[in-house]
Amino acid sequence: MSSASNPYDRHPFFEQLGQLWRNKTAILGLFIITGFILVAILAPVLSPHDPVATSLYDQLKPPVWHETGTWNHILGTDELGRDTLSRIIYGARVSLTVAIVSVGIAFTLGTLLGCISGYYKGIVDSLIMRVMDMILAFPYLLLAIVVVAYLGPSLQNAMMAIGITYVPRFARIVRGSVLEECEKDYVMAARAVGARDMRIIFINILPNCLGPLIVQTTLSMASAILDAAALSFLGLGAQPPTPEWGGMIARSRALILRASWVMTFPGIAILLAVLGFNLLGDGLRDALDPRLRD
Amino acid sequence: MLAYIIRRLMIMVPTLLGVTVIVFLMLHATPGDPAELLLGERATEKALHEVREHLGLNEPLHVQYGLFLRRLMKGDLGETIWTRQKVWTEVKQRFPATIELALVALFISCFAGMILGIISATKQYSVFDYVSMLGALAGVSMPIFWLGLVFMLIFSLNLGWLPLSGRLSIDVDLDIITNFYILDAILTRNWPAFKDAVWHIIMPAVTLSTIPTAIVARMTRSAMLDVLRQDYIKTAKAKGLSRLKVIFKHALRNAMIPVVTTIGLQFGVLLGGAILTETIFAWPGVGKWMYDAVMQRDYMVIQGGTLFIAALFVIINLCVDVLYAVINPRISVQ
Amino acid sequence: MKASKNLFRLSVTGLVLLLMIFLTTSCGQKEEEKAEAPAQPAVEKEEATQAAMEKILVFGRGGDSVGLDPAYETDGNSFMVCDNIFEALVFYADESTALEPGLAESWDISEDGKTYTFNLRKGVMFHDGTKLDANAVVFSLGRMMKERNVKFMGQGYEIPAQERPPEYWVSMEMDDIVGSIEAVDEHTVVFKLKKVNAPFLANLGMDFADIISPTAFLKNPKEFLRNPVGTGPFKFAQWVKDDRIVLEKNTDYWDTNAGPYLDKVIFRSIPENSVRFLELKTGNIHICQFPNPQDIALAKQDENLILPTQPGMNIGYLSFNHTKEPWKSNVDLRKAIRHAINREAIVDNLYQGMGQVARNPIPPTLWGYNKNVPMVEYDPAMAKDYLQKAGFPEGEGLGEITLWSMPVPRPYNPDGVKIGEAMAADLAQVGIKAKVVTFEWGTYLKRQREQPDDMDLFQLGWTGDNGDPDNFLAVLFDGKASTSIRTQWISDAYHDLMVRGRETIDQAARDAIYQEALQIFYDEAPAIAVAHSTVIWPAQKTVKNFKLHPTSSVRLKNVDLDL
Repeated sequence: MSSASNPYDRHPFFEQLGQLWRNKTAILGLFIITGFILVAILAPVLSPHDPVATSLYDQLKPPVWHETGTWNHILGTDELGRDTLSRIIYGARVSLTVAIVSVGIAFTLGTLLGCISGYYKGIVDSLIMRVMDMILAFPYLLLAIVVVAYLGPSLQNAMMAIGITYVPRFARIVRGSVLEECEKDYVMAARAVGARDMRIIFINILPNCLGPLIVQTTLSMASAILDAAALSFLGLGAQPPTPEWGGMIARSRALILRASWVMTFPGIAILLAVLGFNLLGDGLRDALDPRLRD
Repeated sequence: MLAYIIRRLMIMVPTLLGVTVIVFLMLHATPGDPAELLLGERATEKALHEVREHLGLNEPLHVQYGLFLRRLMKGDLGETIWTRQKVWTEVKQRFPATIELALVALFISCFAGMILGIISATKQYSVFDYVSMLGALAGVSMPIFWLGLVFMLIFSLNLGWLPLSGRLSIDVDLDIITNFYILDAILTRNWPAFKDAVWHIIMPAVTLSTIPTAIVARMTRSAMLDVLRQDYIKTAKAKGLSRLKVIFKHALRNAMIPVVTTIGLQFGVLLGGAILTETIFAWPGVGKWMYDAVMQRDYMVIQGGTLFIAALFVIINLCVDVLYAVINPRISVQ
Repeated sequence: MKASKNLFRLSVTGLVLLLMIFLTTSCGQKEEEKAEAPAQPAVEKEEATQAAMEKILVFGRGGDSVGLDPAYETDGNSFMVCDNIFEALVFYADESTALEPGLAESWDISEDGKTYTFNLRKGVMFHDGTKLDANAVVFSLGRMMKERNVKFMGQGYEIPAQERPPEYWVSMEMDDIVGSIEAVDEHTVVFKLKKVNAPFLANLGMDFADIISPTAFLKNPKEFLRNPVGTGPFKFAQWVKDDRIVLEKNTDYWDTNAGPYLDKVIFRSIPENSVRFLELKTGNIHICQFPNPQDIALAKQDENLILPTQPGMNIGYLSFNHTKEPWKSNVDLRKAIRHAINREAIVDNLYQGMGQVARNPIPPTLWGYNKNVPMVEYDPAMAKDYLQKAGFPEGEGLGEITLWSMPVPRPYNPDGVKIGEAMAADLAQVGIKAKVVTFEWGTYLKRQREQPDDMDLFQLGWTGDNGDPDNFLAVLFDGKASTSIRTQWISDAYHDLMVRGRETIDQAARDAIYQEALQIFYDEAPAIAVAHSTVIWPAQKTVKNFKLHPTSSVRLKNVDLDL
């Protein structure tokens, strides 16, 4: 591992990351996520049917192990006759996109604001932090609803809404770390030699805050998938026929008594993906938090 | 301490007003106004204009917001657009329902979460540890509305143990005083209603508590592990104190700080999750109320409700900070 | 880390365990059969305890009432409660909109069709003990007028200023119709109209024209909508917001020949459709409003449930943006779309049989319905021919069109977005690329009215108010009448028919006028009538004599419960 080479060359961050390999739950999480990413990339190859093609002759076919199930539709079909397995496979694309894009927005904005806030302090800091408080002081789902009502329901807007509501988490973490790092000698030194602020922030300080940031990122990706599902439940998320897992459950909940497989499988898909991100996040947390190390 | 609390409360005012301004502006910028929704398919230009005129929606935005502020100064939240009632009256009806639900959920998650966390920590790497932590992870991984429906199928329809939805059975009478049904039942010594209200709250509260339970359990576990490694615990063990005593008297107290922080943050999650839980369990609370208000563009409800939710949130966070000092006197509130 | 080897095994076992729990739900069908057995005694037990006490009917519905002052409400959930507390001068028949005497025993219409004289029923009391008289009628309807051209008899009442415009009165343009309302004697009221308006009498049967107790209203005008007092078979008792409204039997009801039989009626709000149906299955509610279409099949299998059914007085349609080309003037293109859409499949699969394919844009139960208009057939080949004729062979040159689909279920359309998807798939068959577009409902309504350039096709619909064809044909499609008509189709011939229809009193003559209008509608295809939904609200077998009304009003006067 990288930490085995000269420790003075390597940032302690990578050394900590090495810990990850010792944490089996994190590896499990990594496996699950890699699996989903592969499925998402290979969706056209893997899925047996077109995920949006409706077939009114194949409505509500049960999964294969059911008495009347067939191998043609391994996980059955929904009420428009679309193949559940194919939709779940393509849904991996959508849901992972949701996770990556919305957390990407939050990460970028949050880190930027947090850095500015923590580095410049004073009035800029309190202004930014008050705005973050405002966002935090409002139930995130309600905020997302307002944002979506404003922008209109679509997957893009749902991702945007989720991203915005996640900004404060990142901003706070980064600000805290930056405040701490600013007091350290190496920052003083960098300032003394006249390095520009931007350079100090992004080259010197930020890498030192990466640990908690990465943990927050993986955990936020997990909740982004769930929040997208919640928005879909309220009719504000991905619009059909987009195969988004949350939307699939939400729109098939009417079938709960008649054909519950239609809502069960996307539920399991969400469960697994979110579990994957959470396991990875937890593993990272354990690995990157020195206090938790044996 | 008092000065600190007062200062925090002072900062709260601009934060709250900021929230109402943002929400107000965003909603007004959103196409579709209450008049449009009141009239629905049958809207005509003329009818729309008249309704808007009556609602004061033809005024410029700053005038409308100014009006809201001026009323607020007098302690008046105004009147709802749809139900034509004092916002305050509705707040008094809705908030207790949600807070009752959230408190029970919070109680469940603290209780279950901390117990799971403590046992997991003391039996690190045991079967129990893995199963409970994995269960906790599954808890944070499930869409709450899906879980709610699954619970209903299992516990109401198949097993018949719990009522499906609502706060109270239709044949149970209860004199409402505070709108906290459980409290009202206790106050009026109405034990059948008490039992009924508790029976009704179990399933929604458990559904709502899954995510916080999981988070609290994991937090407790890691905080406990942290503390159990400390020297004074080793000393205490070495002194021959009983295992339980060490855990509960020495370790837990010190592990509480991060746990309390987490619990404080979970209240916000609970209020957010309440929108879904309330919709599914027909629970007449704030989440559903606010969601409907956004959908119906009831500006008055949104402004009033936002103000209250935000205030609640800020106050809870303040309580958490104060609680730190109570748990651990060494921490100053600064 | 001695146990870390076991970790994988344990994790996997744990996961499998969890999955199994969830999979139990996917075998729900089997469990359900088991579940039915215990569910039944529960119903009996509950009702056995009630038998000794009262007959309580619980009505499960999707949302709460907004208010209970009929003049100011606009939503079905408010009106369905008002239906049982209040009554109007004229009643609609049990299962149609044929007019019957209501609080007015009889009425006369003058020769010129501009003066209506109503003779009120005697001995009718409001729930607060005051008497129904001419002044109460003048008060109830007069308060909605912009210019209060009213005459009371004797002392009369001071009508307070309006809190807000009475939405129905305004949108039905009643101010342009009613000139004055006068009390002639204690039991006679005279309406003088500004112009002849054939639908006027039917309008008076609608909810907004209900008669309220002036005394109760004046006691606290701001709170009347939460303390309604009328003459109906049930009295208002209690309201827990977003939870329940409780009505009690009016023991002094004037009509002693029939109900009310129920001691109490409880309207419960249960927003989630699936949950509401589960409540019905477990016996906690007696009637389930708007179940998911998917659950109807289950209700049919359940021998404890009955399925009151009523073809709804509604139409779900797909229309064109007539403010822009090519839709505005290319009739062939409109017809191509009309023949490309498989309405049978939509009704079968998405209305789940709870609907019928529309021949006309008015429901068959209405007079004026034109049976001679051919049924539009699903015929992709014909659609392609029309496309060719329209100048867009195989959809070429049309580009990707937008198909606006409703985000919320409405009585006339169970799932706009799914129907939009099905339609887009049909259009793709003939080469037209259509994108399903939707907005949140408030935005949808507003943007649709503006007829924006990015809207090509849109779904919408209508539930009839008063059973008059004018209430469908003019308000929906006569774009020449006003810019707020949602289909901005400009046709002089059609518009003239609509004006004539309104100004003709004789119903046979009007029938002919509307039939002619429907022929034009068929020839010009300004919109595509998709389906009339059938309302099915499953109920417990113990509910007797519950009839659904085409206007979706809920009348519980004659309903009884078997105990």
